[in-house]
Amino acid sequence: MSDPERKGQRLGALCMLGALLFNFPVLALFNVPSTVFGVPLLYAYIFLAWAVLIALMALVVDAGA
Amino acid sequence: MLNGPVIILTSFAYLGLLFAIAYYADKRADAGRSIIASPYIYSLSLAVYATAWTFYGSVGRAASDGVGFLPIYIGPTLMIALWWVVMRKILRISKQNRITSLADFIASRYGKSALLGGVVTIIAVIGILPYISLQLKAVASSVTILVQYPQIAMPDSVGAVQGREDTALWVALILAAFTIAFGTRHLDASEHHPGLVAAIAFESLVKLVAFVAVGLFVTFGMYDGFGDLFARASAEPNMRAMMTPFEGVGGGYASWAWLTILSMMAIMFLPRQFQMTVIENVDEKHLNKAIWLFPLYMLAINVFVLPIAFGGLLRFPDGSVDADTFVLTLPMAEKQELLALLVFIGGLSAATGMVIVETIALSTMVCNDLVMPVLLRMRGLRLNERPDLTGLLLAIRRGAIVLILLLGYLYYKLAGEAYALVSIGLISFAAVAQFAPAILGGIFWKDGTRLGALAGLLAGFGVWFYTLLLPALARSGWVPIGFLERGPFDLELLRPLQLFGLSGLDQITHSMIWSMVANIGAYVLFSLWRLPSAEEHRQASLFVDVFKQDGETGGARFWRGTASVPDLYNLLARFLGAESADAVFREYAAARGLRWPDERLVADAALVHYVEVQLGGAIGAASARVMVASVVTEDALTIDEVRAILDEASQVVVYSHRLEQKSRELESATAELREANERLKELDKLKDDFVSTVTHELRTPLTAIRAFTEILLDEPDLEADKRRRFLGIITKEAERLTRLINEVLDLAKLESGKADWAESRIDMKEVISDTLAAMDQLFKEKSIHVEARLPEHVSSVTADLDRMIQVVLNLLSNAAKFCAATNGRIEISLYERDGSVQVDVSDNGLGIVAEDHEAVFSKFYQSGDAPADRPRGSGLGLHISRQIVAHFGGRMWVDSRAGAGARFSFTLPAGARPPG
Repeated sequence: MSDPERKGQRLGALCMLGALLFNFPVLALFNVPSTVFGVPLLYAYIFLAWAVLIALMALVVDAGA
Repeated sequence: MLNGPVIILTSFAYLGLLFAIAYYADKRADAGRSIIASPYIYSLSLAVYATAWTFYGSVGRAASDGVGFLPIYIGPTLMIALWWVVMRKILRISKQNRITSLADFIASRYGKSALLGGVVTIIAVIGILPYISLQLKAVASSVTILVQYPQIAMPDSVGAVQGREDTALWVALILAAFTIAFGTRHLDASEHHPGLVAAIAFESLVKLVAFVAVGLFVTFGMYDGFGDLFARASAEPNMRAMMTPFEGVGGGYASWAWLTILSMMAIMFLPRQFQMTVIENVDEKHLNKAIWLFPLYMLAINVFVLPIAFGGLLRFPDGSVDADTFVLTLPMAEKQELLALLVFIGGLSAATGMVIVETIALSTMVCNDLVMPVLLRMRGLRLNERPDLTGLLLAIRRGAIVLILLLGYLYYKLAGEAYALVSIGLISFAAVAQFAPAILGGIFWKDGTRLGALAGLLAGFGVWFYTLLLPALARSGWVPIGFLERGPFDLELLRPLQLFGLSGLDQITHSMIWSMVANIGAYVLFSLWRLPSAEEHRQASLFVDVFKQDGETGGARFWRGTASVPDLYNLLARFLGAESADAVFREYAAARGLRWPDERLVADAALVHYVEVQLGGAIGAASARVMVASVVTEDALTIDEVRAILDEASQVVVYSHRLEQKSRELESATAELREANERLKELDKLKDDFVSTVTHELRTPLTAIRAFTEILLDEPDLEADKRRRFLGIITKEAERLTRLINEVLDLAKLESGKADWAESRIDMKEVISDTLAAMDQLFKEKSIHVEARLPEHVSSVTADLDRMIQVVLNLLSNAAKFCAATNGRIEISLYERDGSVQVDVSDNGLGIVAEDHEAVFSKFYQSGDAPADRPRGSGLGLHISRQIVAHFGGRMWVDSRAGAGARFSFTLPAGARPPG
């Protein structure tokens, strides 16, 4: 498997991970009245997961570049 | 301080600054030192995605349902993860085919169909109108609200709707003028606008800074951080509910998921996103950084949406202030004039960025894919005979920009007041999502056809129009509202918002489901129904197999016909101007090692294709095709021929691979054969040599025997003395003959590996003593002094006793033969060294020159220096001896210098011979 192909597949896997994280039923797990450092749990979860996803994308794209 | 003149002055100063940036970037690009050749600028320019919708509308949406605004940004993040596969391909295709717009891309993919390009353009323009009206509404609102400072009043509550509508018209006209100045100053074959990109990147920074500034002010200025803000908000029941916005299993998740999918399509197929991502891209590698930078931008601009929304709800609890304006009204309420002005500028950035890029992209489509194909077909206009069409092209684009903005204003007047910002924008998202099947199908599925794309687009657009646009117009009272409630002609099944009885979904999800069913269904069905034409087939293969093509000449192999160089040049000059046409031809000629003009330049398929592609860069693929066809005589290829060319090409590749492999195999076989042949020749030569040497060796003694027997026969009365001597010679020669034959037989046995070896543990000391004893008589006769240096004890060796005696005998008799005639001395010594038993036999003869040290061991070697009176050997003795020693794991060699005697040595491994 060539390098661009591997990169494409890794990013594709990240897309699927994102589709899982930002959908029912995972979202429902965080849809509860609770807070993290005063921030509603659902909001905190979405922004944190989003940031992690972007970081992983940066890692994959820049790997071996 | 915040009054009308200040606001207007600031606005124009800001637009002027943008223009200055664009001007500077254009100058730098012309000088070859473009500032937009950077992945960071590229990523920022993609953030044209964040419009007034993001800047004002997200807060409005968040204030009603919490996280509902987020799929619009999470969707693109997921899609961008796939860009490495999808967008890289679209970029490559667009660069190779000089695609100028979304419509051009689709038209080009499906056989350069002018009809399809026109349909895409119409869908795009109608679909985007709500989106443009959204920007006009947002800017007009922000101006109307800002001028009432320090009062905070909504336009509709103070009867200022009319004033806002007037403002919106002014905004539309000013933006039209600005866009014309920006995007249509001159005509570029590549449709690149470096200045525009730089200005948009700057705007992206401004709107981000402005929004984050408000966010920080609300969160940390008005409240004591996130915790405090959310704690106060959760004290209110209506806001507490927004922190867990999803209800049960079904509630909201479907709509969330569909919004995600919708925005995944939008980030690719909004005309302005396509313009920025694909058309304005200067380097494919910029995509790498954009893949994570652009999502990061979206994350950053969304962090403070919820705090601002809650802050607004807490600050204006009576609901008198529209949530869409919180970003602006919060700083105003807190008397932060400068911040409010910054927000206004940020909102202006978001809106103008969108409007400028969107209208430029749309005007290109309207010009290249809608107006020009029609004008070129109207023969009465005689456009083909006009020497310079650049002015016409620019005029069409400028007209299109004004028209689109006015239509956007019209939509705002018709339907804009009834909807919140996000709801207006989503209608446009749903419209551009209709392009997804035709484009994504087009780059991965070769069998998608023009008919399929056309059917899919029309079906999807039709459903969109019926379920989204019509209801929007109906709500504003332009279509009877009963149409929505009872359906057309009271057919309940066809109610636009509950089509076929599907209810319980929000409007966007409902429309997306039905339009995608219609769109994808029609696309696939009609694609499979009719076979594609030759042109479609070839374009499909150029698009789908783009990574297998070799540059811009990829399409040339499909063309057959006749053309002339001046015709092609004049055609290009008419659309690009003579200067650009010259540059294009110079480049083409230079690539072929020619100058321009040069009579040797032929109008072959490659040049025709090249001109068509260049022309396509200015007027779109479909129009370029029509124009080029007007100056060349083309022999149309049939579908079978195109297939044949494609099959041929792929088969040629397969064949050449096979051929390479075969030739490699052949080469190695040839090498092996040559080697075998060499070996055979060698063996044959050896055999010949051997036979001739043996016969020669046999003949010498035979001749002697025959000569002497003849003498004896002819002269019976020979004296007894002589007779005895002659008989002696005959006996000796016969003995030599026998020995020779024995040795030849021996050698044959050794070489064929059929020799019998009787292995046993033997003591070399005994072998030497026995041999010396047997030869004692010979040495005495020749008065040769023999000195034997034998140790007390030496390790035994494993060998054949008789053979070892043969070897020692051979060495000693050779020594006796060649040692000095008088005072002959032979020395034989035996010793053990390095686990080997070594025997040296030295004589004091003439010695052997260094060149002959190896030769003496070869077959039939005869020393030329052998004394004449000595009996000649067979020349096989040493050869056989060496073979015997080698058989038992030892080696034999000679040390000698001419005139200093020779020392023959051999070794045998001491002790038991290892098995095998």
